[in-house]
Amino acid sequence: MVKLSKDEERMLDGKLGKGTQTAMKIQVAIAEAFGAPYMVPISRAHVALSNQEADLWFVEKLVKQGAHCRIRPTVNPSFNWEQMSKITTLRKKDEEIVKRTDAAYKKIGAIMTYDCTPYLQLNVPKIDEIISYSESSATPFVNSVYGAKTNRESAQSALCAAITGVVPYYGYLKKENRKGEVLVNVLAEMKSDFDFQLLGYVIPLKIGFKIPVINFKNKAVKSNFSNASLMNLGAQMNTSGNVAIYHILGFTPEAKNLKDAFQGDTVPETIDITQADLDSVRDKISAPAGKIDFALFGCPHLTFEQIQRVTNIIGGKKLAVPLFIMSSDPTRRLCEQMGILRTIQETGGDIISNTCMDQPCWEFLYGKKGVTDSPKCAYYTRRRKMEFVITDLESAAYAALEGEVIDEPKKQFI
Amino acid sequence: MSQKNNSFKCHKISEGEASGEVLFSKDGICFYLIDPETGVVIQRNHCLFGKSIANKILVFPNGTGSSVVQADGMYQLKMHNNAPRAMIVENADTTLVASSIIMEMPLVDKVESVFKQEISNKDTVKVNATEGVITLIEKED
Repeated sequence: MVKLSKDEERMLDGKLGKGTQTAMKIQVAIAEAFGAPYMVPISRAHVALSNQEADLWFVEKLVKQGAHCRIRPTVNPSFNWEQMSKITTLRKKDEEIVKRTDAAYKKIGAIMTYDCTPYLQLNVPKIDEIISYSESSATPFVNSVYGAKTNRESAQSALCAAITGVVPYYGYLKKENRKGEVLVNVLAEMKSDFDFQLLGYVIPLKIGFKIPVINFKNKAVKSNFSNASLMNLGAQMNTSGNVAIYHILGFTPEAKNLKDAFQGDTVPETIDITQADLDSVRDKISAPAGKIDFALFGCPHLTFEQIQRVTNIIGGKKLAVPLFIMSSDPTRRLCEQMGILRTIQETGGDIISNTCMDQPCWEFLYGKKGVTDSPKCAYYTRRRKMEFVITDLESAAYAALEGEVIDEPKKQFI
Repeated sequence: MSQKNNSFKCHKISEGEASGEVLFSKDGICFYLIDPETGVVIQRNHCLFGKSIANKILVFPNGTGSSVVQADGMYQLKMHNNAPRAMIVENADTTLVASSIIMEMPLVDKVESVFKQEISNKDTVKVNATEGVITLIEKED
């Protein structure tokens, strides 16, 4: 049985209202499922809002029961109805669900950031902070890069944690469960952020559920990880697999050296990943190169630096196909203030804030073929009948100018 | 030990009790890739592709899918009365656990290893998750 504090007992008994009681009941059940001995307080939360039916059902149920968040969580994107209604005709039903979800989350006390990269801007944890993060690409970033501690929460379990302010103590909150399990030697040069996308996709296919300790053989890479490369690495590991934490030897806080990364154990297993491994994955998941109808970037949301790189390529020219760049609202505002947004709009493209690719607002693109830099984007939109050529961001920007993806842009690196 | 086993210990994750026909899956389950209107698995390359999990006692190794889609998949199945009656899992992750508890679907893990030897597809069992016991009701011949 999980041991509860007086305050937690009061929540479970309903002394702090029905909504808090429901949240605590669910957390006690999770604690017992995993054999957690007690609860621990959290300092941050991020909820993977999705405005799917189950998401709306659960948050409205808690709101009706009077729940309110002790720790105000940031939230994932849904879609920006004001911006999207200027681009396409939205279905009444979809617009209604988005607005109801927005109202319910506001009422429960969430901070409406609508961004899947909270760890870069508005919800940045510090080392050893115990937090509750859902969103499959956010969990690995906060665990691995910052050394904060979270389990791979579901949207609902993170919301319960935000309400009660505690989480059961189990899994990745414990040091011994964060130990490296496989040494992954990356022999590929890793010259672009896109290679990190491919690497992220390859690793789980090779090692399954184990915790990787990544050792980059190209030492120049080590001092020069961009936010985008680490973001992409984690996002793709959780597209092809289920990886809550990874380590980078000599870089991430829990992997200063081999001893540190494997917590004193001998290295149990070693694998190599070559450029050929990366290339073969791209060939498998990408649609064939050729003509495209649109370009969609930003799964996860593009960083300012990435948008700048796209703008450097397309600025002053006219795009052959529409370009939609999904990003956070603060990044969009920054681009507006710096004139970058205007430059993009003059080419025929746009930056869409608060929006995810896995949303019904993109229905006007169904059945069409696009270009993206994100394997995750291509994976989840298969359900929505969208087809994608996957290539690096620069080549994808050129493709938007040409209306066509030129074959094999990667060959130049080999 | 020589006596044939009709009762198997297990560990409660999500409480409840249900009886039904057993269906084994050697692949992980993503509830988002099951058609809610029929309960049929629509994930290509899945060992249950084209088969229905509706109202079964589903035995599988683990859940798959993002922190969002698992709950919605389960919710849709439940709304259409096509969810499994109970679930028996080997490796439970937080998303599967939280979704089952919220949707009030009985789920157990840590089943005695003899279960797999004694029980096969289409046998009828009763899963009492609350008490942590699975009982064989009828053997399919």
